[in-house]
Amino acid sequence: MTDTIRHHLTDDLLMAYSTGELPEAFSLVVATHVSLCDECRARLGSFEAVGGEVLEAMQGATVTESSFEATLARITGQPVGDQRPIRAKGIFPSPLQDYVGGDLSAVKWKSVGMGVKQAILPVASGATVRLLHIPAGGAMPDHGHKGREMTLVLQGAFSDADGRYARGDVEIADDDVQHTPVAEAGQDCICLAATEAPLRFRSLLPRLVQPFFKI
Amino acid sequence: MLTVTDALTILDRPLKQTPPGPAARAAKRRFSGKKVSVGVDTQGTDWAEAMLLVRDKRDQAAFAGLFRFYAPRVKAFLMKAGASAAHAEEHMQDVMATVWNKAHLYDPARASVATWIYTIARNRRIDSLRKARRAEPEDLDWGPQAEPDHADVMTFQQETARLGAALAALPEAQRKLIERAYYGDLSHSEIAIETGLPLGTIKSRIRLALDRLRHDMSLKR
Repeated sequence: MTDTIRHHLTDDLLMAYSTGELPEAFSLVVATHVSLCDECRARLGSFEAVGGEVLEAMQGATVTESSFEATLARITGQPVGDQRPIRAKGIFPSPLQDYVGGDLSAVKWKSVGMGVKQAILPVASGATVRLLHIPAGGAMPDHGHKGREMTLVLQGAFSDADGRYARGDVEIADDDVQHTPVAEAGQDCICLAATEAPLRFRSLLPRLVQPFFKI
Repeated sequence: MLTVTDALTILDRPLKQTPPGPAARAAKRRFSGKKVSVGVDTQGTDWAEAMLLVRDKRDQAAFAGLFRFYAPRVKAFLMKAGASAAHAEEHMQDVMATVWNKAHLYDPARASVATWIYTIARNRRIDSLRKARRAEPEDLDWGPQAEPDHADVMTFQQETARLGAALAALPEAQRKLIERAYYGDLSHSEIAIETGLPLGTIKSRIRLALDRLRHDMSLKR
């Protein structure tokens, strides 16, 4: 499956994820994409290796005298780590299942009009992340956003001016890109989308009025 | 499926399988030996050896050696991100306790000990200083063959050592930006304000640094 992924994460995003500076919403999209994409997993491994070498080359700070004994005491107090995680069954990779509380069937959808549904996932402030369900052949509602937007396809496919995006593909759009993704016929399209600033769907009325008044 | 050698590719360049040379064979002998080096030798191979003793034998002397080398670095790393010395000490102890308690997850064919401890310390930093959750990718399904080949492990550890050398050889302005990014002390825009450099210059310096690392890794391969 991984061979079919054509749209990958950028170096900027992988590095920001590996340094830990990416907001939680974007981290979820990165972790979900990496779960599906061996190429980005290998590239992420390289960025984390740079972090390891930065740590290795650091000038150490003085630790307290009883530091080692205190650490041994913590060892017994800490829960013992879980066994190696098992690959999640279903269409959502495990990092996404952790946020949803299950696979597709566990999503609590809310209609946003034109047959499109969304579910906003709980993350720390600074950016938002949501699941989107677009009916086969339907268009994503016209939306405006400021800042970066990442959209990862989990089921079905959509196309816009930049190309075709299927399961595992991620589209990265920067400030105010005008794009109107349309879901392919045949299967409903399910995406995970993170945005830097709150994303607002325009209501039906402004959508109709827009062409006349050029808002 | 990701191969062991994919994981050590610097960025997206495909890596040729390197047959183990004399150094790798010598290192492999060391690798299977019993000796634990503590705190003096900084070669990744020896830390992997110590880490495997912790993982497989719950060897406390090996853990003490890892502690002596990494605990001061982890503490300094957390202080760079803005933690006080007291907080950094406490979180460092938690990080090192996690190294012991999650040792069964350490895989020497996928990460150097430094990289593995870095990811634990970074996650601790996000948890405690940013109070945010962090989504982690699903682990690879390695199937029944759990133990990677020793030659692959050695190749991996050597690549890591080369990466360290390449990083040290970067021009100072580039290296400092990379370090600060990993310390998590400031965002790009904050660095821009502090240094007076435009954001574009910072981004292009980081890009240059990454290109140079790629170049160095491909030359020495």
